Amino acid sequence: MAIPGSVQLPAEICIPSAVSSAPVTKLAPRHSALVRFTHWITTICFFALLLTGIEIVISHPRFYWGETGTVLTKPLFQLPIPSSRRLVPTGYGYVLPDQNGWSRALHFEAAWIAVLTGLLYVVSGLLTGHFRKNLLPSNADFSWRALLTSFTKPLRFERPSEAEASSYNVLQRLTYLFVIFVLFPLVIWSGLAMSLGFASAFPWSVTLLGGRQSARTIHFFVSLALVLFLFVHVAMVCLAGFWNRTGAMITGRTATRKEHA
Amino acid sequence: MINLSRRKLLVSGLAATAGASGLAVAARLAQKYGLVPPDHGGIYGLGETLTYASQRLLTRHSLAREFSRSQISPRPFPNELAPLTEEFKRLQAGRFADWRLSVDGLVAEPASFSIADLKSYPSRSHITELACEEGWSYIAEWIGVPLSHVLNVVGVHPQAKYVVYTSMEPDTWDSIDMADALHPQTFLCYGMNGSELPVAHGGPLRIRLPRQIGYKNIKFITRLTVTDSLKRFGKGLGSAACEAGYAWYTGI
Repeated sequence: MAIPGSVQLPAEICIPSAVSSAPVTKLAPRHSALVRFTHWITTICFFALLLTGIEIVISHPRFYWGETGTVLTKPLFQLPIPSSRRLVPTGYGYVLPDQNGWSRALHFEAAWIAVLTGLLYVVSGLLTGHFRKNLLPSNADFSWRALLTSFTKPLRFERPSEAEASSYNVLQRLTYLFVIFVLFPLVIWSGLAMSLGFASAFPWSVTLLGGRQSARTIHFFVSLALVLFLFVHVAMVCLAGFWNRTGAMITGRTATRKEHA
Repeated sequence: MINLSRRKLLVSGLAATAGASGLAVAARLAQKYGLVPPDHGGIYGLGETLTYASQRLLTRHSLAREFSRSQISPRPFPNELAPLTEEFKRLQAGRFADWRLSVDGLVAEPASFSIADLKSYPSRSHITELACEEGWSYIAEWIGVPLSHVLNVVGVHPQAKYVVYTSMEPDTWDSIDMADALHPQTFLCYGMNGSELPVAHGGPLRIRLPRQIGYKNIKFITRLTVTDSLKRFGKGLGSAACEAGYAWYTGI
């Protein structure tokens, strides 16, 4: 099934005649409708998961390795934050309000929506060739020089060239593939491994990660990696032109005129 | 342009109709096969229902992970307790000889059991993990009588759908569906790690559901009520925890 806009058509086909006569704005297709839809659903879910995840962690900001761990056992590490539970030794003289009830409910609901959205994205991405065309680096792309340039250009705060506005460089491609096919699956797996019901049906999902508390610690670090990705992702969008790129992810079209000219 | 948008409109209209009727059919089937939790209303109802339904389909007969004796946590952490009531202290002074567990509702013969009565039934144990919704967990050996045994003794009516369990602690009650009530690892637990169940861990009688989170494993059980509907209990959400914003089903 062809999803409208998923194929990078020559620009002139997609330009409605009324708009193409506009003097400054030249429109080019950038993201398919499905990519845009799943991107923003995932964004909403991500923030819900992040906020509620923080709330849940606050009730026990200690992390362990292995199967078990309580305030009576030595933690792997403890976050230097106050807790929402009186019995957690934090060194702070106060206890934060308990937010776990709705936080857990929203965490799991957002996880469900994120996972279903992710499945839709991956299945359609495979069917339409989105991964192959837009994310898998081509052999020509994949040189150390290209990789180095994609690192150093943003570090010098250089704006991407016009050519890069319609495609991804090798570093972006590898990062997106890593997030989609490594970090997201790992955060889902380590989350599910903490579910007692899920673990009863699939005990290997816990033992392979080294136990329930290991799963929790892995879940925490993969979440941190995803937050780091979010910061870099937003920084790159800002560098490339925030409104232009964000507009492209909303409308599918990128205005290739100079911003703030 | 006009043709394209008309076609789009038609296609999306059809898709929406198919989606809506598909959802309606799914909701009916879910209701029929007991896949809808009592706290399915509100903004988190979708997530609660998806979790409960999928775990009911996946885990109806699965067993909680069991551990070896060497994996038992040396210092099991008893979570914070509300101050014990005067009545509890009185029963504790009598070494719980007068503790009663009453069983009523949709049963052939309502009955009342002492701890000694419960101990006279075949004793079972499992070494399982107790995991709190806060994040911590420990492993202990839990000793008791399977809830299914007690339910068989009183004779459960076929229309039974839930077992409501009530604590001696004020405003503390919860419920489970029959799949969990009849599950072989669901215990009325009176022992832990080879001795009596300590008061800090819910002694003399605690319900133990190793496939659900700690707060569902209520301490100081005094009453079981078998029912076909949770509407008459509290606000009808299935537990006191639900009324405080905590989920009814805690397999996750």
